Amino acid sequence: MRHHLILRVVTKLLIGVIMLFALYVQFHGDYSPGGGFQAGVIMSVAFIIYSVVFSLADAQKVLPPWFVHKLMAVGLLLYALTGVYSMFAGYNYLDYDAINPEHPVSGQHNGIILIELGVGITVTAVMVTIFYAFASRTPPMDDEAW
Amino acid sequence: MLTALAVVRAQSLFATAMLSGAFSLLSALLFVTLDAVDVAFTEAAVGAGISTVLMLGTLALTARFERPATHSPVIPLFVVFVTGAALIYGTLDMPNFGDPNAPAQVHLAPDFIQNSPHEIDVPNIVTAILASYRGFDTLGEVAVVFTAGVGVLLLLSGLRHRRRRQGKEDS
Repeated sequence: MRHHLILRVVTKLLIGVIMLFALYVQFHGDYSPGGGFQAGVIMSVAFIIYSVVFSLADAQKVLPPWFVHKLMAVGLLLYALTGVYSMFAGYNYLDYDAINPEHPVSGQHNGIILIELGVGITVTAVMVTIFYAFASRTPPMDDEAW
Repeated sequence: MLTALAVVRAQSLFATAMLSGAFSLLSALLFVTLDAVDVAFTEAAVGAGISTVLMLGTLALTARFERPATHSPVIPLFVVFVTGAALIYGTLDMPNFGDPNAPAQVHLAPDFIQNSPHEIDVPNIVTAILASYRGFDTLGEVAVVFTAGVGVLLLLSGLRHRRRRQGKEDS
């Protein structure tokens, strides 16, 4: 899409806003609608729009496939290990009171933020991975083909 | 409703993909009117955003136009009507929308609403339920998403390596 000047300029402006919105949805999920799943999807949209409007190679320079594959596991591990930590601290699995035993409510807050971060990382990585897998199998099509 | 009919009628699969995206966006609006903002958010992001992009990606891999039907649509239409009628008959027994005595409202929901302010103190109760009371559930969901990613990776990106390896063995 090299010749779509308007698309490229608008995309450049929007990508920053999209990522910022994803972070807002991620970390403001306790107070407003949203959370890890939605934030992950929005964050991955930023990368997908970049690779659609510019090129797959450009996007893979920013976020190489091997790194995304690691991220998929990192998010899930972050979630699961939060539970393991609370188990080692003498509480039930995924009982966030363990993070701050003197002040359980703040422990709950931190636990929720941690596991939502894990969810967000995994969802971002999986969505980007699926898109890479689809997009890297086919040569980019020119506009007339549609 | 109109969009759904248009999806069925459209011959060009590109139009079908875009229309189903529009359908998702409209159902997100429906969820907003039902006060299910979190669900609406997910529907708008996943249904209208990602899945449309993925469908377009699939179209680029396969054909771009629907093949003409090879058999008559009478039997499938009959099955769809019977299933739809059964589902509508099933909804007749359901409690009215917003009924305070509905089973879903009397069992766990009051517990969550009463206890979450002092147990978890997160203003968005949906987040509190999903992340804390139902942490296991959400962990399972994340595992499902992870498995889906791994599955797509194995199916779509592993093939090329295998082919390359076969090519080496042949030569």
